[in-house]
Amino acid sequence: MQSLTQRLANPTRFMQISGTLMPVLWVLAAALLAWGLYLAATAPPDYQHGHTVKIMFVHVPSAWLAMMAYGFVALSSFGLLVFRHPLADVSAKAAAPLGAAFTLLALLTGSLWGKPGWGTYWVWDARLTSVLVLFFLYLGLIALRSSIEDEALAGRLTAVLAVLGVVMLPIIKYSVTWWSTLHQPSTGFGSTVDPSLRWPLLIMAAAFTTLFLAMHLKAMRTEILRRRAKSMMLAEVERSRPRAKPLAAE
Amino acid sequence: MTRRQRRAMLLVGCLAVVGVAIGLVLTALRDTIVFFHTPSDVAEKSLQPGQRFRLGGLVAEGSLKRGMGTDVEFAVTDTAKTIAVSYRGVLPDLFREGQGVVAEGTLDGAGHFRADTVLAKHDETYMPPEVAKALKEQGVWHGTAKAAEPGRKQP
Repeated sequence: MQSLTQRLANPTRFMQISGTLMPVLWVLAAALLAWGLYLAATAPPDYQHGHTVKIMFVHVPSAWLAMMAYGFVALSSFGLLVFRHPLADVSAKAAAPLGAAFTLLALLTGSLWGKPGWGTYWVWDARLTSVLVLFFLYLGLIALRSSIEDEALAGRLTAVLAVLGVVMLPIIKYSVTWWSTLHQPSTGFGSTVDPSLRWPLLIMAAAFTTLFLAMHLKAMRTEILRRRAKSMMLAEVERSRPRAKPLAAE
Repeated sequence: MTRRQRRAMLLVGCLAVVGVAIGLVLTALRDTIVFFHTPSDVAEKSLQPGQRFRLGGLVAEGSLKRGMGTDVEFAVTDTAKTIAVSYRGVLPDLFREGQGVVAEGTLDGAGHFRADTVLAKHDETYMPPEVAKALKEQGVWHGTAKAAEPGRKQP
Protein backbone atom coordinates (compact mmCIF):
# COMPACT_ATOMS: atom_id res chain seq x y z
CA MET A 1 0.00 0.00 0.00
CA GLN A 2 1.56 3.25 -1.16
CA SER A 3 0.93 6.62 0.44
CA LEU A 4 -0.65 9.42 -1.58
CA THR A 5 2.64 11.26 -2.08
CA GLN A 6 4.36 8.08 -3.23
CA ARG A 7 1.62 7.44 -5.78
CA LEU A 8 1.75 11.04 -7.03
CA ALA A 9 5.54 10.90 -7.16
CA ASN A 10 5.38 8.29 -9.92
CA PRO A 11 6.22 10.36 -13.03
CA THR A 12 3.85 8.41 -15.30
CA ARG A 13 0.95 8.83 -12.89
CA PHE A 14 1.96 12.47 -12.40
CA MET A 15 1.73 13.04 -16.17
CA GLN A 16 -1.74 11.45 -16.25
CA ILE A 17 -3.14 13.42 -13.30
CA SER A 18 -1.52 16.73 -14.23
CA GLY A 19 -2.70 16.27 -17.84
CA THR A 20 -6.34 16.21 -16.75
CA LEU A 21 -5.74 18.99 -14.18
CA MET A 22 -4.07 21.43 -16.59
CA PRO A 23 -7.15 22.65 -18.53
CA VAL A 24 -9.10 23.07 -15.27
CA LEU A 25 -6.31 25.22 -13.79
CA TRP A 26 -5.94 27.36 -16.94
CA VAL A 27 -9.70 28.03 -17.11
CA LEU A 28 -9.87 28.77 -13.37
CA ALA A 29 -6.86 31.12 -13.56
CA ALA A 30 -8.31 32.97 -16.56
CA ALA A 31 -11.71 33.33 -14.90
CA LEU A 32 -10.25 34.55 -11.59
CA LEU A 33 -7.93 36.95 -13.39
CA ALA A 34 -10.80 38.41 -15.45
CA TRP A 35 -12.92 38.78 -12.31
CA GLY A 36 -10.06 40.24 -10.28
CA LEU A 37 -9.10 42.73 -13.01
CA TYR A 38 -12.72 43.83 -13.34
CA LEU A 39 -12.99 44.35 -9.56
CA ALA A 40 -9.62 46.15 -9.52
CA ALA A 41 -10.62 48.45 -12.39
CA THR A 42 -13.92 49.38 -10.72
CA ALA A 43 -12.47 49.69 -7.18
CA PRO A 44 -12.72 53.12 -5.52
CA PRO A 45 -9.60 55.31 -5.13
CA ASP A 46 -7.79 55.33 -1.78
CA TYR A 47 -8.15 58.33 0.55
CA GLN A 48 -4.41 59.07 0.46
CA HIS A 49 -2.99 57.21 -2.55
CA GLY A 50 -5.80 58.14 -4.94
CA HIS A 51 -5.84 55.99 -8.08
CA THR A 52 -2.27 54.73 -7.65
CA VAL A 53 -3.72 52.25 -5.13
CA LYS A 54 -4.53 50.11 -8.20
CA ILE A 55 -0.84 49.19 -8.36
CA MET A 56 -1.45 47.34 -5.09
CA PHE A 57 -3.67 44.80 -6.89
CA VAL A 58 -0.65 43.61 -8.90
CA HIS A 59 2.13 44.45 -6.43
CA VAL A 60 0.83 42.57 -3.39
CA PRO A 61 -0.08 39.30 -5.21
CA SER A 62 3.33 39.35 -6.99
CA ALA A 63 5.17 39.85 -3.70
CA TRP A 64 3.11 37.05 -2.12
CA LEU A 65 3.97 34.70 -4.99
CA ALA A 66 7.66 35.67 -4.83
CA MET A 67 7.64 34.19 -1.32
CA MET A 68 5.32 31.25 -2.05
CA ALA A 69 7.36 30.18 -5.09
CA TYR A 70 10.46 30.12 -2.90
CA GLY A 71 8.55 27.94 -0.46
CA PHE A 72 7.92 25.55 -3.38
CA VAL A 73 11.59 25.60 -4.39
CA ALA A 74 12.83 25.02 -0.84
CA LEU A 75 10.30 22.29 -0.02
CA SER A 76 10.98 20.47 -3.30
CA SER A 77 14.72 20.76 -2.70
CA PHE A 78 14.30 19.31 0.78
CA GLY A 79 12.28 16.48 -0.80
CA LEU A 80 15.04 15.84 -3.34
CA LEU A 81 17.85 15.81 -0.77
CA VAL A 82 16.01 13.60 1.74
CA PHE A 83 13.95 11.27 -0.49
CA ARG A 84 16.13 11.50 -3.63
CA HIS A 85 13.06 11.60 -5.83
CA PRO A 86 13.59 13.05 -9.34
CA LEU A 87 10.11 14.59 -9.41
CA ALA A 88 11.08 16.85 -6.47
CA ASP A 89 14.02 18.06 -8.56
CA VAL A 90 11.70 18.72 -11.50
CA SER A 91 9.42 20.75 -9.21
CA ALA A 92 12.30 22.83 -7.78
CA LYS A 93 13.71 23.50 -11.25
CA ALA A 94 10.31 24.53 -12.61
CA ALA A 95 9.47 26.88 -9.72
CA ALA A 96 12.73 28.91 -9.67
CA PRO A 97 12.30 30.98 -12.88
CA LEU A 98 8.63 31.59 -12.04
CA GLY A 99 9.60 32.84 -8.60
CA ALA A 100 12.27 35.08 -10.10
CA ALA A 101 9.71 36.54 -12.53
CA PHE A 102 7.17 37.32 -9.80
CA THR A 103 9.90 38.80 -7.56
CA LEU A 104 10.97 41.08 -10.40
CA LEU A 105 7.33 42.05 -10.99
CA ALA A 106 6.93 42.87 -7.28
CA LEU A 107 10.13 44.97 -7.33
CA LEU A 108 9.13 46.85 -10.51
CA THR A 109 5.52 47.56 -9.50
CA GLY A 110 6.72 48.55 -6.03
CA SER A 111 9.22 50.95 -7.57
CA LEU A 112 6.55 52.50 -9.80
CA TRP A 113 4.28 52.90 -6.78
CA GLY A 114 7.10 54.28 -4.62
CA LYS A 115 7.58 57.37 -6.78
CA PRO A 116 4.07 58.83 -6.38
CA GLY A 117 3.68 57.55 -2.81
CA TRP A 118 7.01 57.98 -1.05
CA GLY A 119 8.67 60.35 -3.49
CA THR A 120 11.37 57.90 -4.63
CA TYR A 121 11.68 54.85 -6.90
CA TRP A 122 14.06 53.03 -4.59
CA VAL A 123 15.52 53.17 -1.08
CA TRP A 124 17.82 50.69 0.63
CA ASP A 125 15.47 49.87 3.49
CA ALA A 126 15.26 46.38 5.00
CA ARG A 127 12.18 45.25 3.04
CA LEU A 128 13.28 46.41 -0.40
CA THR A 129 16.83 45.17 0.08
CA SER A 130 15.78 41.74 1.38
CA VAL A 131 13.41 41.22 -1.58
CA LEU A 132 16.23 42.23 -3.96
CA VAL A 133 18.42 39.61 -2.24
CA LEU A 134 15.64 37.05 -2.84
CA PHE A 135 15.66 37.98 -6.55
CA PHE A 136 19.44 37.46 -6.72
CA LEU A 137 19.02 34.17 -4.83
CA TYR A 138 16.62 32.96 -7.52
CA LEU A 139 19.11 34.01 -10.21
CA GLY A 140 21.85 32.22 -8.26
CA LEU A 141 19.82 29.00 -8.18
CA ILE A 142 19.19 29.17 -11.93
CA ALA A 143 22.84 30.00 -12.68
CA LEU A 144 24.22 27.26 -10.41
CA ARG A 145 22.01 24.63 -12.01
CA SER A 146 22.94 25.61 -15.54
CA SER A 147 26.66 25.81 -14.77
CA ILE A 148 27.01 22.09 -13.97
CA GLU A 149 26.72 19.62 -16.82
CA ASP A 150 25.83 16.54 -14.73
CA GLU A 151 22.10 17.18 -14.18
CA ALA A 152 21.77 14.98 -11.08
CA LEU A 153 24.71 16.69 -9.38
CA ALA A 154 23.48 20.13 -10.48
CA GLY A 155 20.07 19.35 -8.99
CA ARG A 156 21.52 18.28 -5.63
CA LEU A 157 23.92 21.22 -5.28
CA THR A 158 21.19 23.68 -6.24
CA ALA A 159 18.90 22.02 -3.70
CA VAL A 160 21.43 22.58 -0.88
CA LEU A 161 21.61 26.30 -1.73
CA ALA A 162 17.80 26.46 -2.01
CA VAL A 163 17.26 24.85 1.42
CA LEU A 164 19.78 27.17 3.11
CA GLY A 165 18.26 30.18 1.32
CA VAL A 166 14.95 29.61 3.09
CA VAL A 167 16.26 31.86 5.91
CA MET A 168 15.39 34.77 3.57
CA LEU A 169 11.65 34.13 3.96
CA PRO A 170 11.32 35.08 7.67
CA ILE A 171 13.76 37.99 7.11
CA ILE A 172 11.55 39.39 4.33
CA LYS A 173 8.33 38.72 6.24
CA TYR A 174 9.48 40.38 9.48
CA SER A 175 11.78 43.05 7.97
CA VAL A 176 9.05 45.66 8.44
CA THR A 177 8.58 44.66 12.10
CA TRP A 178 12.21 44.19 13.20
CA TRP A 179 13.66 47.32 11.63
CA SER A 180 12.34 50.77 10.80
CA THR A 181 11.63 50.84 7.07
CA LEU A 182 10.13 53.19 4.52
CA HIS A 183 7.93 50.31 3.40
CA GLN A 184 4.66 50.05 5.31
CA PRO A 185 4.07 47.27 7.87
CA SER A 186 2.00 44.23 6.86
CA THR A 187 -1.74 44.65 6.37
CA GLY A 188 -2.25 41.17 7.86
CA PHE A 189 -4.12 39.59 4.92
CA GLY A 190 -5.80 42.91 4.19
CA SER A 191 -7.38 43.36 7.64
CA THR A 192 -6.48 47.09 7.62
CA VAL A 193 -7.81 47.47 4.07
CA ASP A 194 -11.42 48.56 3.58
CA PRO A 195 -13.59 45.73 2.11
CA SER A 196 -14.13 47.74 -1.11
CA LEU A 197 -10.37 47.49 -1.77
CA ARG A 198 -9.74 44.20 0.07
CA TRP A 199 -11.96 42.04 -2.15
CA PRO A 200 -10.30 43.00 -5.45
CA LEU A 201 -6.95 42.34 -3.71
CA LEU A 202 -7.97 38.89 -2.44
CA ILE A 203 -9.43 37.84 -5.82
CA MET A 204 -6.28 39.04 -7.60
CA ALA A 205 -4.15 37.10 -5.08
CA ALA A 206 -6.24 33.95 -5.77
CA ALA A 207 -5.91 34.55 -9.54
CA PHE A 208 -2.11 34.98 -9.35
CA THR A 209 -1.80 31.86 -7.16
CA THR A 210 -3.86 29.75 -9.58
CA LEU A 211 -1.87 31.14 -12.50
CA PHE A 212 1.36 30.21 -10.73
CA LEU A 213 0.11 26.67 -10.02
CA ALA A 214 -0.89 26.24 -13.68
CA MET A 215 2.46 27.55 -14.96
CA HIS A 216 4.40 25.48 -12.43
CA LEU A 217 2.57 22.29 -13.43
CA LYS A 218 3.08 23.09 -17.11
CA ALA A 219 6.80 23.73 -16.57
CA MET A 220 7.09 20.44 -14.64
CA ARG A 221 5.41 18.53 -17.49
CA THR A 222 7.71 20.16 -20.02
CA GLU A 223 10.76 19.27 -17.93
CA ILE A 224 9.65 15.62 -17.56
CA LEU A 225 9.13 15.37 -21.33
CA ARG A 226 12.54 16.99 -21.94
CA ARG A 227 14.22 14.45 -19.66
CA ARG A 228 12.41 11.58 -21.39
CA ALA A 229 13.43 12.89 -24.79
CA LYS A 230 17.02 13.22 -23.58
CA SER A 231 17.19 9.67 -22.22
CA MET A 232 15.62 8.33 -25.43
CA MET A 233 18.23 10.14 -27.46
CA LEU A 234 21.00 8.76 -25.27
CA ALA A 235 19.57 5.25 -25.68
CA GLU A 236 19.44 5.78 -29.43
CA VAL A 237 23.09 6.81 -29.50
CA GLU A 238 24.01 3.79 -27.38
CA ARG A 239 22.13 1.44 -29.72
CA SER A 240 23.83 2.78 -32.84
CA ARG A 241 27.27 2.39 -31.32
CA PRO A 242 27.74 -1.17 -29.97
CA ARG A 243 29.54 -2.49 -33.11
CA ALA A 244 32.27 0.11 -32.71
CA LYS A 245 32.96 -0.94 -29.12
CA PRO A 246 34.36 -4.47 -29.50
CA LEU A 247 36.54 -3.23 -32.34
CA ALA A 248 38.00 -0.56 -30.17
CA ALA A 249 38.60 -3.14 -27.42
CA GLU A 250 40.69 -5.35 -29.64
CA MET B 1 14.58 4.82 6.42
CA THR B 2 17.34 5.67 8.86
CA ARG B 3 19.43 7.09 6.01
CA ARG B 4 16.58 9.37 5.06
CA GLN B 5 16.20 10.48 8.65
CA ARG B 6 19.92 11.10 8.88
CA ARG B 7 19.89 13.23 5.72
CA ALA B 8 16.89 15.16 7.03
CA MET B 9 18.57 15.77 10.40
CA LEU B 10 21.77 16.89 8.67
CA LEU B 11 19.86 19.38 6.50
CA VAL B 12 17.84 20.74 9.42
CA GLY B 13 21.06 21.03 11.42
CA CYS B 14 22.81 22.96 8.64
CA LEU B 15 19.79 25.23 8.27
CA ALA B 16 19.74 25.88 12.02
CA VAL B 17 23.45 26.79 12.04
CA VAL B 18 23.06 29.12 9.03
CA GLY B 19 19.91 30.59 10.61
CA VAL B 20 21.67 31.32 13.90
CA ALA B 21 24.69 32.80 12.07
CA ILE B 22 22.52 35.13 10.01
CA GLY B 23 20.47 36.01 13.08
CA LEU B 24 23.66 37.04 14.92
CA VAL B 25 24.88 39.10 11.95
CA LEU B 26 21.54 40.89 11.65
CA THR B 27 21.44 41.58 15.40
CA ALA B 28 24.97 43.00 15.29
CA LEU B 29 24.06 45.20 12.32
CA ARG B 30 20.73 46.32 13.74
CA ASP B 31 21.71 49.98 14.03
CA THR B 32 22.77 50.13 10.38
CA ILE B 33 19.81 48.18 9.02
CA VAL B 34 17.21 50.56 10.46
CA PHE B 35 16.18 52.99 7.75
CA PHE B 36 15.71 55.98 10.02
CA HIS B 37 16.21 57.20 13.58
CA THR B 38 13.36 58.67 15.60
CA PRO B 39 13.86 61.97 17.48
CA SER B 40 14.17 59.95 20.72
CA ASP B 41 16.96 57.81 19.15
CA VAL B 42 18.74 61.01 18.11
CA ALA B 43 18.53 62.37 21.66
CA GLU B 44 19.82 59.08 23.12
CA LYS B 45 22.69 58.59 20.68
CA SER B 46 23.78 62.27 20.70
CA LEU B 47 24.62 62.27 16.97
CA GLN B 48 27.33 64.78 15.99
CA PRO B 49 26.31 67.91 14.08
CA GLY B 50 27.21 67.46 10.42
CA GLN B 51 26.80 63.68 10.52
CA ARG B 52 24.38 62.45 7.85
CA PHE B 53 21.45 60.32 8.92
CA ARG B 54 17.75 59.80 8.28
CA LEU B 55 15.25 61.23 10.70
CA GLY B 56 11.85 59.55 10.81
CA GLY B 57 8.60 60.20 12.62
CA LEU B 58 5.36 62.08 12.19
CA VAL B 59 5.00 65.60 10.86
CA ALA B 60 3.85 67.43 14.01
CA GLU B 61 0.33 68.88 13.72
CA GLY B 62 0.37 72.63 13.00
CA SER B 63 4.14 72.73 12.48
CA LEU B 64 4.26 73.13 8.66
CA LYS B 65 5.38 76.61 7.55
CA ARG B 66 5.95 77.46 3.90
CA GLY B 67 8.55 80.15 3.25
CA MET B 68 9.91 81.68 0.05
CA GLY B 69 9.75 79.46 -3.05
CA THR B 70 10.02 75.82 -2.09
CA ASP B 71 11.43 76.48 1.39
CA VAL B 72 9.48 74.62 4.05
CA GLU B 73 9.85 74.13 7.76
CA PHE B 74 8.15 71.49 9.83
CA ALA B 75 8.75 69.46 12.98
CA VAL B 76 9.25 65.69 13.16
CA THR B 77 7.93 64.09 16.30
CA ASP B 78 7.66 60.62 17.81
CA THR B 79 5.28 62.05 20.45
CA ALA B 80 8.09 61.93 23.07
CA LYS B 81 10.68 64.18 21.37
CA THR B 82 10.41 66.68 18.51
CA ILE B 83 13.04 68.01 16.09
CA ALA B 84 12.59 71.06 13.83
CA VAL B 85 13.39 70.43 10.16
CA SER B 86 14.04 72.81 7.29
CA TYR B 87 13.98 71.70 3.68
CA ARG B 88 14.12 73.25 0.22
CA GLY B 89 12.51 71.22 -2.53
CA VAL B 90 9.32 69.58 -3.69
CA LEU B 91 7.52 67.59 -1.01
CA PRO B 92 6.07 64.17 -1.94
CA ASP B 93 2.31 63.92 -2.58
CA LEU B 94 1.66 62.04 0.64
CA PHE B 95 3.43 64.65 2.79
CA ARG B 96 0.88 65.91 5.31
CA GLU B 97 0.72 66.94 8.95
CA GLY B 98 0.14 63.89 11.13
CA GLN B 99 1.59 61.71 8.35
CA GLY B 100 4.77 59.63 8.60
CA VAL B 101 7.89 61.18 7.09
CA VAL B 102 11.57 60.29 6.61
CA ALA B 103 14.01 63.17 6.10
CA GLU B 104 17.69 62.74 5.16
CA GLY B 105 20.24 65.38 6.13
CA THR B 106 22.34 66.68 9.01
CA LEU B 107 21.85 68.34 12.37
CA ASP B 108 23.30 71.82 12.82
CA GLY B 109 24.85 73.00 16.09
CA ALA B 110 21.53 74.28 17.42
CA GLY B 111 19.79 70.90 17.09
CA HIS B 112 17.98 71.96 13.93
CA PHE B 113 17.76 69.33 11.16
CA ARG B 114 18.63 70.46 7.62
CA ALA B 115 17.09 67.96 5.21
CA ASP B 116 18.07 67.56 1.55
CA THR B 117 15.63 64.70 0.89
CA VAL B 118 12.13 64.23 2.26
CA LEU B 119 10.22 60.99 1.73
CA ALA B 120 6.66 60.27 2.80
CA LYS B 121 5.98 57.13 4.84
CA HIS B 122 2.42 55.91 4.80
CA ASP B 123 0.72 53.35 7.00
CA GLU B 124 -1.03 50.09 6.09
CA THR B 125 -4.58 51.51 6.11
CA TYR B 126 -6.41 51.70 2.80
CA MET B 127 -9.97 52.99 2.32
CA PRO B 128 -12.02 55.10 -0.08
CA PRO B 129 -12.16 58.87 0.73
CA GLU B 130 -15.84 58.65 1.71
CA VAL B 131 -15.13 55.96 4.30
CA ALA B 132 -12.22 57.99 5.72
CA LYS B 133 -14.50 61.04 5.95
CA ALA B 134 -17.32 59.09 7.62
CA LEU B 135 -14.94 57.52 10.14
CA LYS B 136 -13.46 60.91 11.02
CA GLU B 137 -16.94 62.41 11.48
CA GLN B 138 -17.93 59.57 13.79
CA GLY B 139 -14.73 60.15 15.76
CA VAL B 140 -13.79 56.45 15.41
CA TRP B 141 -10.55 57.23 13.63
CA HIS B 142 -8.33 60.31 13.68
CA GLY B 143 -6.35 60.19 10.47
CA THR B 144 -2.93 58.68 10.04
CA ALA B 145 -1.28 59.92 13.25
CA LYS B 146 -2.38 56.89 15.25
CA ALA B 147 -1.45 54.13 12.84
CA ALA B 148 1.97 55.24 11.58
CA GLU B 149 3.77 54.16 14.79
CA PRO B 150 7.32 55.41 14.29
CA GLY B 151 8.52 53.47 17.34
CA ARG B 152 7.65 50.19 15.68
CA LYS B 153 11.16 49.00 14.98
CA GLN B 154 11.64 47.24 18.29
CA PRO B 155 9.07 44.48 18.75
